[in-house]
Amino acid sequence: MLSAAGVWFGYVEEKPVLRGVTISVPRGGLVGILGPNGSGKTTLLRLLAGTRHPQRGVVTLDGAPLSGLSRGALARRMAVVPQETQLAFDYTVAEVAMMGRYAHLGPFEIEGPSDIAVVDETLASTGTLHLKDRPFATLSGGEKQRVVIATALAQVFRVSSSLRLKAEATPPDPTGATHPDPCSFRLQPEDAAGYLLLDEPTASLDLGYQLEVAALLKRLHEERGVAIVISTHDLALAGSLCERVLLIRDGEVVAEGTADEALTPANVRKVYGVDVDIVRHASGRRVLVPTGRSEPGSA
Amino acid sequence: MSLQRRFVRTVLGFGALTFVTLLLAPLVGPTPIDIRRVFDFSIPFADNTDAQIFFIARLPRTLAGATVGALFAAAGVVFQGLLRNALATPFTLGVSTGAALGAVLAISFNWSIAVLGISAVPVAAFAGSLAAVAIVYALAQARHRGLSTTVLLLAGVTMNAFFSAMILFVQYFASFADVYRTLRWLMGDLDISSYQPLVASVPAIAIAFAVFAWLARPLNLLSLGPESADSRGLDVTRAQRAAFLSASLATGAAVTIGGPIGFIGIIIPHLVRLLVGPDHRLVLPAAALFGAAFLVACDVVARTIFAPVELPVGIITAMIGGPFFLWLLIRRR
Repeated sequence: MLSAAGVWFGYVEEKPVLRGVTISVPRGGLVGILGPNGSGKTTLLRLLAGTRHPQRGVVTLDGAPLSGLSRGALARRMAVVPQETQLAFDYTVAEVAMMGRYAHLGPFEIEGPSDIAVVDETLASTGTLHLKDRPFATLSGGEKQRVVIATALAQVFRVSSSLRLKAEATPPDPTGATHPDPCSFRLQPEDAAGYLLLDEPTASLDLGYQLEVAALLKRLHEERGVAIVISTHDLALAGSLCERVLLIRDGEVVAEGTADEALTPANVRKVYGVDVDIVRHASGRRVLVPTGRSEPGSA
Repeated sequence: MSLQRRFVRTVLGFGALTFVTLLLAPLVGPTPIDIRRVFDFSIPFADNTDAQIFFIARLPRTLAGATVGALFAAAGVVFQGLLRNALATPFTLGVSTGAALGAVLAISFNWSIAVLGISAVPVAAFAGSLAAVAIVYALAQARHRGLSTTVLLLAGVTMNAFFSAMILFVQYFASFADVYRTLRWLMGDLDISSYQPLVASVPAIAIAFAVFAWLARPLNLLSLGPESADSRGLDVTRAQRAAFLSASLATGAAVTIGGPIGFIGIIIPHLVRLLVGPDHRLVLPAAALFGAAFLVACDVVARTIFAPVELPVGIITAMIGGPFFLWLLIRRR
């Protein structure tokens, strides 16, 4: 369980961006943080990721405050996927994904067969294994985002010690492939469980790639039990994907609950200042149709 | 291919190139020398001109070239990784202009302090580089959580301009002889004629390269951007500080030995990345070895092309490096 209890935070002390936000993400949960630009979504994700620490309140992972965990221990449990990733140099997809293994290696340790197998496995599970040797910079936006998600998965991937030993005992393949078949590593769900925190993962993507990334997240969540926290201002995405949503405005929680409970016309008006009608589509999904602009905050 | 194997291949390949260059360079020069006579210890050293040329003029010069080339090339790699900009050089952040100001002051005011048997000019140059590092570092630290690379870049560029103005100011009042000496220093020259500067710089070089070895993997992560690197488990601030200080130390040591020899720190990292890819665990050792071989080779050209006149090697590297830099700029769309 990853949770924040009554957290306050401001980049400048006197101007708090978050004012007493409480959120909890159960193991294997899928939670969306919704709110307009500048509402504090990204900051809340940073606090949950432990890259910033709250000035008041506490963020805990399975009961332990994040501030007490080492950077490495934290990185092995959860990974952040930013909105966009721009590389300074021309790394290949495999090299980028391998960067996810940083926290699993000692200062001068070189990644071993088990790390290579983990990377192959996560690239395969995000449908990007065939891009392995391509320069990252030449990928499309959707492909890049899938590779970064694979990197994040590789980061939280725990190879149990017996599997690790088995991997390293496998002799190198005489055909030149130096790593064992990733399939021999099929991992148990608890091995793969970790937290992925995604900051507007679809905001810079076009509709096709948005759906592609959303489908991937849903699949990872369902098949591998990965807990996902996603910040977004895309109500449709959150509504169709998330088990629970948190609506925030000006650093305060306005509503919290399942998508059906929280995404009501009243709440949407309160948070975004937009009047909406909620319609049920033939597929059974709820669609929010904006009908006009009103003052944010009015009930 | 596994990283271990690529590492061994890279080091052996570039190592062989450097080894051969270092072996051949001292034998080449305007005065032909006989290698058998050089190592014929039955002739007294005072009578053996071949041995004198080899051991007093050419060998220290070759070793200086190798050291300076390796330092500039490796420091270039680290600065480029730190600033996440492939066009950064060891001189971008003001370290070398600070050293130049120190040297110019020592020349113009005829300072005669000597530390560890080293004359005033290199001592002042090294002190100048450290002063520049301290100022730029303090500016980038102030009012920021961690180290701001934007401020680092702007402060460095500004300090470069400011120190250059100070150099011109001092030069304006200096005698013609001092101005000429200063100009020669600024061209970059490896004619050290003694082993003393190399021996004295060993501690700084050892520290810099030890930190570089640790930095190889953090620099890979920094390429993702500070926020992503942080969430991958890297202490970004510590890595940035280590990168800035160690690369500055390397640059300061190199400038102290050979003067501000330009373009090594950008040509070599680029060529190496084209050959071995962007992984810093391969780029750093390859750049250090290739940089050593490249500068020694350039110096052979400088010594022989207009023999018996010996050009400062900085002119050769700049004449190769300028067009190369422009080609890079265009190639990168």
